[in-house]
Amino acid sequence: MNKPINNRAWFLVLPVLVLVAFSAVIPLMTVVNYSVQDTFGDNEFFWNGIYWFDDLLHSERMWNALGRQILFSAIVLLIEVPLGIFIALHMPKKGFWSSVCLVLMALPLLIPFNVVGTIWQIFGRVDIGLLGRALAGLGLDFNYTQDVIDAWVIIVVMDVWHWTSLIALLAYAGLRSIPDAYYQAAKIDQASRWAVFRYIELPKMRGVLVIAVLLRFMDSFMIYTEPFVVTGGGPGNATTFLSIDLVKMALGQFDLGPAAAFSIMYFLIILLVSWAFYTVMTNLDREEGPQ
Amino acid sequence: MTLELRGVSKTVGRQVHVHPTNLMLQKGTMNVLLGPTLSGKTTLMRLMAGLDVPTAGRVLWNGQDVTGLRVQDRAVAMVYQQFINYPSMTVFENIASPLRLLGRPRGEVEDRVRRAAALMRLEPYLQRRPLELSGGQQQRCALARALVKEAGLVLLDEPLANLDYKLREELRAEIPRIFEEAGSIFVYATTEPEEALLLGGNTATLWEGRVTQFGPTPDVYRNPVDATTARVFSDPPMNFLRVAKRLAQIQFGAGQGIPAVGSLAALPEGVYVAGFRANHVGLDRPTGEALEFRATVLGSEITGSETFVHLDHDGVRWVGLVPGVRDLAPGMPATVWVNPAHVFVFGEDGRLVTSSATSMAA
Amino acid sequence: MAQITLQNLAHSYLPNPKGEDDYALKQLDHDWTDGEAYALLGGSGCGKTTLLNIISGLIRPSRGRILFDGRDVTDAPTAQRNIAQVFQFPVVYDTLTVRDNLAFPLRNRGLPAAQVAQRVQAVARMLGLEEMLPRRARGLTADAKQKISLGRGMVRQDVNAILFDEPLTVIDPHMKWELRTQLKALHREFGHTMIYVTHDQTEALTFASRVVVMHEGRVVQIGTPQELFERPAHTFVGYFIGSPGMNLLPARVEGDRAHIDESGTIALGRGYGGLGGRIEIGVRPEFARLSAHEGLPVVIRRIEDVGRHRIVRADLGGRPINIVASEDEPIGPDMTRVVFDPAHVGVYADGWRVEGSPR
Repeated sequence: MNKPINNRAWFLVLPVLVLVAFSAVIPLMTVVNYSVQDTFGDNEFFWNGIYWFDDLLHSERMWNALGRQILFSAIVLLIEVPLGIFIALHMPKKGFWSSVCLVLMALPLLIPFNVVGTIWQIFGRVDIGLLGRALAGLGLDFNYTQDVIDAWVIIVVMDVWHWTSLIALLAYAGLRSIPDAYYQAAKIDQASRWAVFRYIELPKMRGVLVIAVLLRFMDSFMIYTEPFVVTGGGPGNATTFLSIDLVKMALGQFDLGPAAAFSIMYFLIILLVSWAFYTVMTNLDREEGPQ
Repeated sequence: MTLELRGVSKTVGRQVHVHPTNLMLQKGTMNVLLGPTLSGKTTLMRLMAGLDVPTAGRVLWNGQDVTGLRVQDRAVAMVYQQFINYPSMTVFENIASPLRLLGRPRGEVEDRVRRAAALMRLEPYLQRRPLELSGGQQQRCALARALVKEAGLVLLDEPLANLDYKLREELRAEIPRIFEEAGSIFVYATTEPEEALLLGGNTATLWEGRVTQFGPTPDVYRNPVDATTARVFSDPPMNFLRVAKRLAQIQFGAGQGIPAVGSLAALPEGVYVAGFRANHVGLDRPTGEALEFRATVLGSEITGSETFVHLDHDGVRWVGLVPGVRDLAPGMPATVWVNPAHVFVFGEDGRLVTSSATSMAA
Repeated sequence: MAQITLQNLAHSYLPNPKGEDDYALKQLDHDWTDGEAYALLGGSGCGKTTLLNIISGLIRPSRGRILFDGRDVTDAPTAQRNIAQVFQFPVVYDTLTVRDNLAFPLRNRGLPAAQVAQRVQAVARMLGLEEMLPRRARGLTADAKQKISLGRGMVRQDVNAILFDEPLTVIDPHMKWELRTQLKALHREFGHTMIYVTHDQTEALTFASRVVVMHEGRVVQIGTPQELFERPAHTFVGYFIGSPGMNLLPARVEGDRAHIDESGTIALGRGYGGLGGRIEIGVRPEFARLSAHEGLPVVIRRIEDVGRHRIVRADLGGRPINIVASEDEPIGPDMTRVVFDPAHVGVYADGWRVEGSPR
């Protein structure tokens, strides 16, 4: 082995290690610390073991929030992914209109989360909102502050409006990388529009779609700002997702111990799902073999 | 100026990309790396350039060990199969870029760029951008950039592969002329035997990560040391035939035999592999001594001045290249003659036993 | 199978073409005979791919008509023309098996399963793909993928023509031989009309029985490989076919003599009278030989050994000239003259060949 080995190179990594320690490890350890302790106030903590975790696993509140969270992620993914692909397939391939489309698609992505929430909160209001008034005018009884279904509808519609563009743009990039020859060959083979999609476009988009689904899953699973602004988790607990519940617990009730345990479980769930996605992705790559 | 590889090898994981290799390249020479795709040409170049560090062995530049030295710290220029230029710069700026990086004075940059451009016949296009040029001009721009650096080592990795046939032919003729003037060590990778012959200089034949032979190009072509080298250095592929020499007879296939004539007569008895190139296969009885084979025509291809004849000899595919237009119907029996002076005889291990007589003369 | 007729065909990529120069493909009338193997040969940008795409229906020509067996298909979409096409880069359906790839065009046409299976098996056998049938197409080598692309074309029995767009570009040299021979065998066996686009003269000449040479959007010659080699109709054909290409020398032609400035006079195989325009004589390097006693004086600059022959690069009256010498022909220092074979010296006026009268 003649490979030059120079241990001084490790010094170059040091600043990053320090930064990560401050930004990630120390806060995380604080949370771990809280999760195994209890307090009666006055900043006095005592060892509590895994009580909070055990408590949480048997807490109906947590399971309900988790159920709502999974349902929400599933609904938005099921709508946004097909819709995003559909839009990407129908976007102009080149020229002036393709630029216009790209800019329009990018707009919702540029708006800050709390502004998105505020927009829809006002937009949907029955008294002053354009949407709320219009629906009322049509004789539809729509009120997201009182009706559970209506609250879910407005939050799902808001998320679809906000994030479908991301999937569409990623899918569009995937589609653009397909050489013309594939489409020409398909024409010659008399492939139907569906067959072209199924055997050419979908396989070629698969890579970007896996990334898009992963991104959207993580984002929707951690959603906080928008539903907090629009419904505040209500009516009742109908739209109280994991993150909203966590904040209520930690800051509303100041139950630091359970909230810390909750955070850690939340973190582990996200980690687990990301790992699952990663494994699936690398397996697909391996199947692809050497090109 | 010399570049020496001493026992250099490269292993990635369990795969051996390049087996231990010794090579000595001299100043002002053209060195062709000839081999099929994945034979290790690009890996070897990357090791020479310092883009990769060898698993074992040493790279010496003018006798000094440069094994661990990064490519940035060596005087190396490289041209790839793809036309790589800076798209937003003019041709002039593209060619000047390596000199600007070295911080050369303005006048010198101007001067050297003009000279490189003249050598590459790019003078009329200096103010254009690469994408406004044809493929051939783009690649000439990349070549000029490599030349202007006046690097001691210039590596060319199949630089003409993406060009039209005719352009390739013209650049091939120009390239040796440019090298004569430049005086660096040039290394040129190609898959085509004809290209190696046209470039001249030295050739190293590669097969499965091994340099099978290195020497002056016509020498390697005419005196391959083994069957692998002969196969790599023949297009169309060399024709092979398993033979046994017994009682002044060359025996092959099921009970067929021909008298051993010419250089074959002196061969000791035993089992051999005979090989001969397509252009040494004849369809007409020659005046001198000749080996005579019966084969079946699989098809013929006419190039206008010559005909490729594809043959089946005892289940083995042969190709013949004969002058003139010969229309042979598939399935037709054919008798072919081969001058024994043009036959290479390899031992069972593939090593050359007797060389063809033309090489002796040359 | 069908005869393909091009009538008054021309194409421009501009919406309102004005002059001749605006046309990527200039006026063309041609019949592609049923069952013949053609090559479209030319450099990049000569219009060969445009022409191919017009035949396959991927481009609608700006002018003229295209007929399949007399039926006007100018406006018919690709899918209705019953043609097959093999592209430069192999096109396979990655997620499907080799078997499903081959069956794809048949299933799209609603053929019964038994018939599909039988056709797929037959085509796989012809192309040597049988063992790969159950494998996924993804991850196969370039030549296997290209065979699949070809197989998808062959699998349909009713194809009018098979079009090839530089199909061997990504194939290794030694595999090129095998694939090309296989193509020829398929052509012999099934007699499809085949049109093969390439810039590589060896591929074009060896594949096709008739070669169409294109230059700057125009067909300059259609002929057998032998005709193109021995009697190029245009100096471009002389240059483009053969390597090195034909030698061209400005000359003054009188009857059966050509005077080359300062160098001397040579004999021609035929008689020429009343020539106008810019006159050149063209002679292929293969029909020139070095001599010590006769011919025109040359200065030898370099001798390139290309294995089976040698290329002599020389100067004739200040103009570069190439001479091909055979492998074992000695070249002595006293060989400073060049002789042309009179039967193979062509005369060109403004680039086009002039057929003289027999002496």
